[in-house]
This record gives sequence, C-alpha cells and structure tokens, in this order.
Amino acid sequence: MTMRIFGIALAFTISVLGSALFAASYALHGGPHLEGLGLLVALGALAFGVIGWALGAMPQEQVVDQRDDYPSDPKARAGAQAALEHGIDELDRHGFLLKFLFGAFGALALAALFPLRSLGPGFGKGLYTTKWSKGARLVLEDGTPVRTSDLAVGSVMTVFPDGYVGDASSQTLLLRLPPGTIQVSPDRTTWSPQGYAAFSKVCTHNGCPVGLYLASKYQLLCPCHQSVFDVVAQAKPISGPAARALPQLPLQIAQDGYLQAQSDYREPIGPGFWQRP
Amino acid sequence: MTLRRLVLDLDDRLGVAPILQKALRKAFPDNWSFMFGEIALYCFLVLIATGVYLGFFFDPSTASVTYHGSDISLRNTPMSAAYASVLQLSLDTRAGLLLRQIHHWAALVFLAAIALHMSRIFFTGAFRRPRELNWIIGMTLLILAMAAGFTGYSLPDDLLSGTGLRIAYSVLLSIPLVGGYLAFLVFGGDFPTAQQISRLLFTHVLILPVLIAGAIAVHLAIIWRQKHTQFRGPGRTERNVIGSPLWPNYAMKSLGLGLAVGAVLAGLGAFFQINPIWLYGPYHSYDVSAPAQPDWYIGWLEGALRLGPSWTISIWNHTIPSPFFPGILLPAAFFVLLYVWPFLERWVTHDGEPHQLLDHPSDSPVRTGIGAAVLTFAIVLTLAGSDDVQANILSTPLQGMVSAYRWLLVILPIVVGLLSYQFARELRARRQQLPAPDPRVMITRTDSGGFEEQPEPLASTPP
Repeated sequence: MTMRIFGIALAFTISVLGSALFAASYALHGGPHLEGLGLLVALGALAFGVIGWALGAMPQEQVVDQRDDYPSDPKARAGAQAALEHGIDELDRHGFLLKFLFGAFGALALAALFPLRSLGPGFGKGLYTTKWSKGARLVLEDGTPVRTSDLAVGSVMTVFPDGYVGDASSQTLLLRLPPGTIQVSPDRTTWSPQGYAAFSKVCTHNGCPVGLYLASKYQLLCPCHQSVFDVVAQAKPISGPAARALPQLPLQIAQDGYLQAQSDYREPIGPGFWQRP
Repeated sequence: MTLRRLVLDLDDRLGVAPILQKALRKAFPDNWSFMFGEIALYCFLVLIATGVYLGFFFDPSTASVTYHGSDISLRNTPMSAAYASVLQLSLDTRAGLLLRQIHHWAALVFLAAIALHMSRIFFTGAFRRPRELNWIIGMTLLILAMAAGFTGYSLPDDLLSGTGLRIAYSVLLSIPLVGGYLAFLVFGGDFPTAQQISRLLFTHVLILPVLIAGAIAVHLAIIWRQKHTQFRGPGRTERNVIGSPLWPNYAMKSLGLGLAVGAVLAGLGAFFQINPIWLYGPYHSYDVSAPAQPDWYIGWLEGALRLGPSWTISIWNHTIPSPFFPGILLPAAFFVLLYVWPFLERWVTHDGEPHQLLDHPSDSPVRTGIGAAVLTFAIVLTLAGSDDVQANILSTPLQGMVSAYRWLLVILPIVVGLLSYQFARELRARRQQLPAPDPRVMITRTDSGGFEEQPEPLASTPP
C-alpha cells in the first residue's frame, strides 16, 4: 500500500471518528460547537479522501466528446418541421375556431384571477387613518396615560391612543421641547401646547419606526435608511431619502393634566402610495 | 456487486444501454471556474436537507405567547409563537442551532456561488448562442434564490426580520397605480398582519423551493444536452469537448467537492454565529434595532434605498413615492439588462453564430468593461447598505458618507469600466502578438539527482 492510499484510508477513518463525535455530542448534549466539529470532521475528512482518490489514486483520463447532436441533419429537421406545419395547416383550416379557442382560454385565465382578490382586503381607509381621535388619551406601551408632569424637557417617549397600545400605524413620538423652540406654522398654533409636540413614529420613507432622538440638535433619525427630521421645523426631512415631514398629531391638555389628541392625524401617515393626495 | 448489474438491469427494462454508455463516458471539462455552479447546487441540497429538519419545529403563528425557555433575558416576555418556536429550536433543541446556522450560512454561500457562476458565464461569453435559454433560466434562479433568502430570514419574527418586512411592504406600496392593492394582497392587509408569517412560510418552503428545483432540473438537462463549453486549448474545437469522463473521474471529483462544501458549511455553522435572534428580541412595529442590515445579497437594494433621491413626484393629486425609484425601478432595470444581455450583444455585434469555445475576458473588451462597470455599481450599492456602520467605525458624519457614496456610485463604475476595457484591450493585443509558447521543455537529470531545463527550445533541437 502506497503512502497515498494509506492517506486516503486514514482520511476515511478520521471521517468515521467525526461522525462518532457528532453522534456522541448530540447524545451527551455537547452543544453546537462539538456537534458542528463532528460534522466538519466527518464531511471534511470524507471530502479529503474522495478528492485525494479522484486526483491522486486514479488515472487522469481525458475523453473527447463530439458535438454532433445538434442541429440535427437537414432531413430530420425538414421532417419535424413538416410534421409541425401539417398540424398548423389542419388547425388553420378552421381559423375562426382557433380564435374561439384562444378566446376561451383567455376568458378562463381571466376568471381564474378573480379568487386572488380574497388574498387581502381593499385598502379603503386603512392607509389614510389611524386609531387617534378627538380626546384620545396618550398612553405608554404599558397602558399608563401620560400627564404633563411625566416628561422632562428634552426627552421623548413612544405613545399610543388609549385602547390601541402597540397599533402599528398609531405609534407616535411625544417630545417635550423648551417652550418657544418649535417653529409653528399658522395652521398649527394650538397643536403643541406648553412645548409638547407629537409626531408620527412611522418613517415617511419606508415605514420604519423613527426611533433615535438627538436631543441636542432636536433631530429624529430613522435607523433603517438614516433619514433625519428636524423637530423644530415641524419634523421636515433635512437629510436622507425621506421626502416628506413626519405628520404631526395635534395635542391638547385636559383639565386633569392628561395629554390628549385633538383629532386624528390631518394627513395619511407613513410611506407614500399612489392614491395619496 | 449489485452496482455491476446496474446497466444490465436498467437496460432489461428501459433499453438504455446506448444512452448509458455515452453518459458514463461523458466529458466534463476541468476548469476551476466551472465549480461555482456546482457549489451552488450543493448548497441547495444542504438547504433542502437542513430546511426540512427546521420545518418540523417552526410554528408560523403570530399568536402571542409568553416565553418560558432557557434565555433568561427573554423569560416571561410576550412574543409571537413563531419567534418563540425559533428560540426553542435554537436554544433548547439539540443540534437545532447548528442546523439553523448551517441553513443560514448555506443560503449566503448559495447566493455567492450563483453570483460568481453568473459572472463567470458573463465574462467568458458562455451565454451566447446556443445557450441564451440557460442564461435566462440562470437569471431566474438568481431572482428565485434572492426571494428564497429574503422570505427565509423574515420568518423568525425577530426585530430585525420584522423591520426588513416592513421595508419590503413599503417598497411594494410605492408602485404607481397598483402598489396599495398589491401590498394588501401580498400581506393580507395593512402591515403587520396575522397571516404574513404563514404566507411567508408557504412561499419559502413550498413555492420557491419547487420553482428552484424545477429550474435547476431544466438548467442541468439543457447543459447535459448541449454539453459544456470549454476554454481554448490544444485539440479543443467548436465541434468537440474534452474533459474528464463522468464515470468514475468526474463523479468522484464532484462528490468530493460536494462533501467539501458540506464541510465548510458545517464549520461555518458550528463556529461562526449568524442571526442570533435571541439578542434582537421579538418584533414590535414600534421598536427597531440599530444598526439594521439585511443579508449580503439584499445589501445592494438596501444601499439603493439609502442613496436614493428624496424625490416625491406628485401628479394630478397622485403620488409616486421616493422608494419606487431605487426600490423597484433600479432592480427592474438591472434584471432586465441582464436578461436581455445575450440578445443585446448579438444585436450589437451581429454575431449570431453558435459558440462552444469560451472567450477569454480580454477577447471582448467592451463586454468586459460593461460587466466590470455593472458589477462595480452593485458593489458600491452593497457597501452603501452599511454606511451607518462605516460612519460609526470611521467616526465621520453619516451625511458625508451618503454624499461620498452617491458620487462613487456614478464615478467608480465609469472608471472601473474604462480601466477594465483598456486593460482587456492591452491584454488582447499582447496575447495576439506573442506566439503561443511551446509548453514542452526538455529536461535533463543532473549528477546530484536534480533536474535542469535545457536552454534551447525544443523545436530547434535535432531529432
């Protein structure tokens, strides 16, 4: 037995040991490292042996195949072509029937599309509205309502309308800014009482939660595609791929000090879509 | 041995002796670059084998359960049954984590092997007549494999995969006219829906694997029928193909390659942690992990979304949102260009002849230049897909990274394309000038037992 043959035999033996290691580490709860090591050794040694055999212990034969299979000889081609044309001629004798046939298939295909409609609801109001409504209390993830005293200046929290904790389209960021920092357009003068401002947390680019707040710059950053929104300027995008400002939720402060929404968002939240005005 | 009777037994019943005689001696050209496709095939087999196992443990339900498994930080956390089942498989099922990690690594290597295989086919002109159809099937396999990968890593319902789905939903939503309807039909309503994971599962474990397996079968049948291409070399012509015989040489080599692929994937799955979902936590639409990165083959789309312009086009009270351009138009243009490339090249070069001998990349500088440019474009996009991580490492402002990548995306493909074109031209000129060197040398044995090359060429030595 040459060294080469001996080496291949040794590789196969080591492979058996690898399989044994895999089985044993499974049986004895050895964990992924030992199991994987067993599999690695079993397969690796087997590969080593097989490739060694193929390259080192076998004559390296070369064979020559002729490519005479195609295209076929002219006679066979003409014969097949004639068979095809014969059928086409036969169908063409009643050309109008052929048109009917295609029409019937087309109708069947169209009809078969109809059940696809059941895969999902029409998007009706779904993309235009959220669960916010007039007087809805702002509550935290655990359901506790938010009072004006709960939030320090410069901080941010995620809020939902009372009764809809976790609702994807209603998620909202509540920020407290030093009074006077926010630039308010004439139509939004009452929306951010006492420096409390609320913006949709759904990024207008691709819908990720705009989860990062740089309090020092009053900037919100979306971690998915790094759009930056300027909170002071009514959450307008200042860099990144987002094209629209985060919609603002009009707030009011109730007699008891709890924060409420004045209404739903005044525009569709989240990423754009064709029908969005 | 029963194997010895195989031909006779089969021929008794099927009359296939002439076919088998040819098949067993079929020539398989030996070239390292021909192995990428085989590696992809073996990855697919590993994916099927490990995936079948994983499928027995996965629960595609979004119903809320409370976790009681062995991860202490998640204990008593409410989460979807889907996420809990993957945690259970990963942390409390023997060999579960290993096989899940092998499965994930196999998907990454699968796509890498496909990308390398397609690059090889492209740069050597193997897609030319008569192989246009197999190029189209190969392109389709690339897209199916990307879809299989994406639906796969979206299944566990962890924070990262949920974020990826949210982005996919929004990109669908951005398609003019039909986006809203399409997104609602695919997801079963406004994201997130209760059905989305079971729909993803069905797509991932039935529709896509069946399509991929079917396409692979046709792909291989066509290769078998058309026979392999081969590089130019002594004795190789347009009319023949020279290589190892299938039985036993090539069969043993290929078996060895398959086992080696399995070994590498086992090693990766054992020692290189991938997608540790228990660190990400369950998906909530209002939570996000940063940095969030997709698997590598989706990176170019992620990069495109990041670099994409912040245009929103409003026409007649309608909107074309910004993700449409990088998220739909760009990949559509990319895939259409690749699909039609064989026909485009034929139209430009007027070369409709069948080609069985492969080009050296320098034989066609224009093709090589364009291929290098497109590849560079995709690589820049992929790198831009992790620009936030790079900005962090380099401590540079992110906005600077974004504008740098936008410039690179325009300039670098042009530069690399032109350089590759020029390099290929010079290489081709040099190859044409030099006569092919005679590979034969005369060697003599020295007194000390070594060998010495005879100085003068073989041709000038007297017989």
